[in-house]
Amino acid sequence: MWRRFLIVAVLITAVSVFISIPTFAVPSGTLEINSWWTAGGEAEGLKALIDLFHKKYPNVKVINATIAGGAGTNAKAVFKTRMLGGNPPDTFQVHAGHELIDTWVIPGYMQPLTNLYKSEGWTKVMPKGILDIVSYKGDYWSVPVNIHRANVLWYNKSVFKKYKIKPPRTFNEFFAACKKLSSEGIVPFVMGTKDGWEAGHVFETILIGKLGAHDYKGLWTGETKWSDPRVTDALETLKAIIPYINTDHSALTWDEAGQYLLKGKGAMMIMGDWTNGWFMSVGFKDYGWAPTPDTGGVFDALSDSFALPKGCKHPENVIAWLKVLGSKQGQHDFNKLKGSIPARTDVDISDYNDYLKSAAADWKKDVIVPSVIHGAAACEGWATEYKDAINLFISRPDVSYTQKALIQAAKEYLGS
Amino acid sequence: MASILFITPSIVAVIVFVYIFIGWTGFISFTKWNNVLPNYTLVGFRNYKNLFANMRFQIDIHNTIVFTIVFVSSCLLIGLLLAFLIDRNIKGEFFFRNIFLFPMAISFVVTGVVWHWLLNPGSIQLGSIGINQLLDKIGLGFLKTGWYTDPKIGIIAVAIAAVWQFSGYTMALYLAGLRSIPMELREAAAIDGANQFQIFRYIILPFLRPITFGAIIILGHISLKIFDLVVAMTGPGPGFSTDVPALFMYDTTFRGNHFSQGASIAIILLLMVSLLIIPYLIYTSRKEART
Repeated sequence: MWRRFLIVAVLITAVSVFISIPTFAVPSGTLEINSWWTAGGEAEGLKALIDLFHKKYPNVKVINATIAGGAGTNAKAVFKTRMLGGNPPDTFQVHAGHELIDTWVIPGYMQPLTNLYKSEGWTKVMPKGILDIVSYKGDYWSVPVNIHRANVLWYNKSVFKKYKIKPPRTFNEFFAACKKLSSEGIVPFVMGTKDGWEAGHVFETILIGKLGAHDYKGLWTGETKWSDPRVTDALETLKAIIPYINTDHSALTWDEAGQYLLKGKGAMMIMGDWTNGWFMSVGFKDYGWAPTPDTGGVFDALSDSFALPKGCKHPENVIAWLKVLGSKQGQHDFNKLKGSIPARTDVDISDYNDYLKSAAADWKKDVIVPSVIHGAAACEGWATEYKDAINLFISRPDVSYTQKALIQAAKEYLGS
Repeated sequence: MASILFITPSIVAVIVFVYIFIGWTGFISFTKWNNVLPNYTLVGFRNYKNLFANMRFQIDIHNTIVFTIVFVSSCLLIGLLLAFLIDRNIKGEFFFRNIFLFPMAISFVVTGVVWHWLLNPGSIQLGSIGINQLLDKIGLGFLKTGWYTDPKIGIIAVAIAAVWQFSGYTMALYLAGLRSIPMELREAAAIDGANQFQIFRYIILPFLRPITFGAIIILGHISLKIFDLVVAMTGPGPGFSTDVPALFMYDTTFRGNHFSQGASIAIILLLMVSLLIIPYLIYTSRKEART
């Protein structure tokens, strides 16, 4: 009697283990994808990925749950509420780097994807720079779909041609250009600061320009002190830029500010290379690009990735989704539309536009540094304090006060 | 006995979903929960101390005070004025009453988006839009300002939008008050030789006092908790000039993962609202005891 009972129990356990192994199940049901890709090239890229997913897994119904808001502020709030409430979305967009590791992996909300990386061969086709920032304690935790560059200076070609200005490589050239343009009634430097993070984005590229790749990275590990005179210099530089910014910057988001460039009323803008996707989606072709002043040879990188939360409802569908994301086809289709480059280095990008080809070439040879405002360089708490300090600086350009605030924030998060 | 049975579910719901959650938030504000993983280590008043030393929070408190004063006083004045005009038994009273009351039916987010464009600063290069454009067209271009992008008056520009939305509501309150004043009192005063101003000062205003009191409470707690209007209209603004505590609370909790700091801001907001509500509760309970 007892033996029969035991056998049945063992059988039941075996069967349930078998069923619970996600890779064995045929994907069906639903898959809820959460992201903040609501507009322009981003939304088109996401749609291309979902179409590709549909072709491979026609039985899965995709719920494309997007939440608007630049840099994902609102979307992240929703993810956090759901994760803490024990109702995680199937998969969600997260910046690779500290935002992924510090916020989600270390507290134990994620499932490792190391086996998937091995079975799909991703460890061989993604560069070390990106593998490093999605790994923690020897495991991989998310699948990067794209690489973006933050330190790009965009300019209106016709405006530059008309006033005989060359793309500035150094800050001296940059300020000379600003002076000339402003005397011609053109807005030299276009910015939209409504969402609060854009100034921090610009300042991060100035920091890289002033400190160089190595020492900039050191700011986030404690190797470089925030009291460094070069940080002071960077703040002075940002202060010097302020008079050249469009006066209505705080009423505009970055893409609304981009209208100045489109209409030939503004000349330059520092923004990540999603701007390229945005230019494509609005049909603007008259733009040129260069690394931001004094950052030639440095690639200020960020990456969007998707991960597998613990306790999500359809893990087998998420695995299928991640496979599509990491596939050559998926990376190719998505990035072509979003205006970013594939994280994989073996994707054929000969049909990409000129900017993306140049970015892909730089990705292979440049020194790679992580972006802070986009979650790669520091944990979210620190990045938020950094953002607030710089946002305040734009209307109250007090160099020593702001530097003190930055030193204080570093102390709090590095504990030194 | 049966009546107790009927109200028990709602009492339980209020205790759980209001008071227990308030208590929980209060508890969190004394911990050092600074990541998505809860950390219940108690740190005393450290979160509050850090908060009051924080430049953004200092600006927020200042903004809240300015906003509340401008918003509440403008709503009361405009509401009273409109109510008087409508009380004159004008033609089309129904029409005007609804026109003024209409903004109340719109959500703050819609108001915010509309006023974001109406009070847009514009620029020399791209031209002006909204009210600045109107000023240009009627030859008053010198009156143009940056509105909510001007750090000095930013929060007042936000208050203008809020006043637009709520002065009609205040009008409705006052109108109800005016209509409840017995006609005989005014007539008696007029027969006794009181002029219009004296009737207003000694008859009407005293009657409207409880309404004013109630309106201040309602408008005051709206203004202390304001969030959606600011998010839709301006965001934190240049140098946090249109930032409010609720927005900071959202930012620090969900963007910065400082759950304990967010809880401290929530508690401070609660205390500020109680400063307003508690005197009112005492006043009404005394009045009820008297009658």
